[in-house]
Amino acid sequence: MSDDRLDGLSVRDVRVSFDGFTAVDGVSLEVPAGDIRFLIGPNGAGKTTLVDAITGLVRATGSVRFGDQELLGRPVHRISRLGVGRTFQTSTVFEELSVVQNLDIAAGARRSWATLARCRRGIPDEVAAALETIGLAGRADQLAGTLAHGQKQWLEIGMLLVQDARLLLLDEPVAGMSHEERDATGALLETVSRDRTVVVIEHDMDFLRRFARSVTVLHAGRVLSEGTVAQVQADPRVQEVYLGHPVDAGSVPSPLEA
Amino acid sequence: MTAVTPAPPSTAGAPAPADVAPGSRPGGRSRLRPAAGFAFGAALLFAVAPLALSDFRLALLAKYLCVAMVAVGIGIAWGRGGMLTLGQGVFFGLGGYAMAMHLKLADAGPGGMPDFMQLYGQLDELPVWWRPFASPWFALPATVLLPMAVAFGLGSLVFRRRVRGAYFAILSQALAAAMVILLIGQQGTTGGTNGLTDIQGFFGYDLDDPVNQRMVYFIIAGVLLALLALARQIVHSRYGELLVAVRDSEERVRFLGYDPASVKLVAYVVAAGMAGLAGALFVPAVGIISPALIGIVPSIEFVIGVAVGGRATLLGPVLGAVAVAWARTALSERFPGTWTYLQGLLFVVVVAFLPGGLASLWALARRRAERAEVHQ
Repeated sequence: MSDDRLDGLSVRDVRVSFDGFTAVDGVSLEVPAGDIRFLIGPNGAGKTTLVDAITGLVRATGSVRFGDQELLGRPVHRISRLGVGRTFQTSTVFEELSVVQNLDIAAGARRSWATLARCRRGIPDEVAAALETIGLAGRADQLAGTLAHGQKQWLEIGMLLVQDARLLLLDEPVAGMSHEERDATGALLETVSRDRTVVVIEHDMDFLRRFARSVTVLHAGRVLSEGTVAQVQADPRVQEVYLGHPVDAGSVPSPLEA
Repeated sequence: MTAVTPAPPSTAGAPAPADVAPGSRPGGRSRLRPAAGFAFGAALLFAVAPLALSDFRLALLAKYLCVAMVAVGIGIAWGRGGMLTLGQGVFFGLGGYAMAMHLKLADAGPGGMPDFMQLYGQLDELPVWWRPFASPWFALPATVLLPMAVAFGLGSLVFRRRVRGAYFAILSQALAAAMVILLIGQQGTTGGTNGLTDIQGFFGYDLDDPVNQRMVYFIIAGVLLALLALARQIVHSRYGELLVAVRDSEERVRFLGYDPASVKLVAYVVAAGMAGLAGALFVPAVGIISPALIGIVPSIEFVIGVAVGGRATLLGPVLGAVAVAWARTALSERFPGTWTYLQGLLFVVVVAFLPGGLASLWALARRRAERAEVHQ
């Protein structure tokens, strides 16, 4: 892509409270440039809220830096223009626009009003490249609302690519996907992480084991454990959170293997 | 197993298949069709209607076409942008009053005062805010720019605070009510409930002369076609696609790095400008502008026409507006008491059973026909 800078994400002591309930309670984590970091944790651990805080959707205290830019305190669209892109648990493509139109809009946040006033002629290069990467080149003119579930998720990732996001925050990208679609999505993540930093919220442990480069476990708004897949799997605190009681190493299969 | 997947993302950069190569819309035919459509519309408005209709009916059509201009704007703001604006009467009124003020001053002659001011206002001289309207160079641009400026001010306040949906609709309607109250309260300088009436001339032409009435009709028809061309450009531009995206998922657009407030603001301001222009041309066509023509009821009537015709299409709002305005004249002549109920019923039926408006019937019929072909 046009911007070849590779930046890491640095989250320091981030707190988010809603009316006295603390959803994220002092989370600090470092995602090095080019990582594929998985965020896991039980429901209510604060994973999505943390991503909401990073992208400016909810107010937070602390510090979130991407590269040398502080993100907290900026409005959503400004954070997006710094190269931070995200997807949502429910896919939110523009259903009444075609695949190409979806991608073209995603590519255009820096366009001038004069460009916006004109019609699109053909397919811009970056959109064509993204169509190839996400495997939807054959469906360019199809309405996004008529795509299969998995294809919508890929379209969302494609929109992040043309948007020139250098940090991708994906909220459960493989939920509801078939095995083949999961494999394809994993391969896609590996491709895009060559020149981008990727953070994935995911419940699917098989997917995690295959594609995560590092894992952070959140629990009750705090970081419980962090490390490689093997390190996290071996952490007794993680096992306790998932099983409700600590286990003797080896006696019970790790929850992450279930 | 992988063969089962419909289209797995390919990591290799294989060349794009030929059928999706750049230029998704083959040029020739698709550019000819709108041109043919405009030619047909122009022939209808400029040749058929003046020949087929009496002077009286043509003057009525001129009035309907003004309503249609408002409808074109609502089609953009509501149909494409999702902003249900129940207060377009405000902008229609601003344009109309700006034009009527100029024409009243022109009728009164240099240094003269409009008749009603001496009658109700007992004023000795023209109020300060009337004076610039004596100049056509101020008044004519003001008919469009004044509504646009008001829409800009209001829109900047409202859209940034993320007021939308029903809240926006109610707010815009309240604005229409407020404007009417203001106009009626300032009877001495605005003509109050009567409005500005008895307008005689239009830039030196006597409006009682049928020939000049015809000229006004042709101006209105020409402006409507121009607004349609503008609306078509807006809808087909990248901005038009972006506007639909904002309508369907404002939050998502924000995460792509746009400010949806400015996207909506542009559509709202454009719609206000169109309503202002419509109001300005309504005055020479009908000879009057009054609070009753711009308040809550007419504001809702504008929207009903758009809903009936099909808000998300280009021509739907125009045809719907003309049809509803015509039905109103035809039916209220015969059943003066029941028309309002009929109109309300029509709105409910369309919104409940045909949300795409009459324009969607055509698409529906085409889909049926295609399906029938497949089954054979």
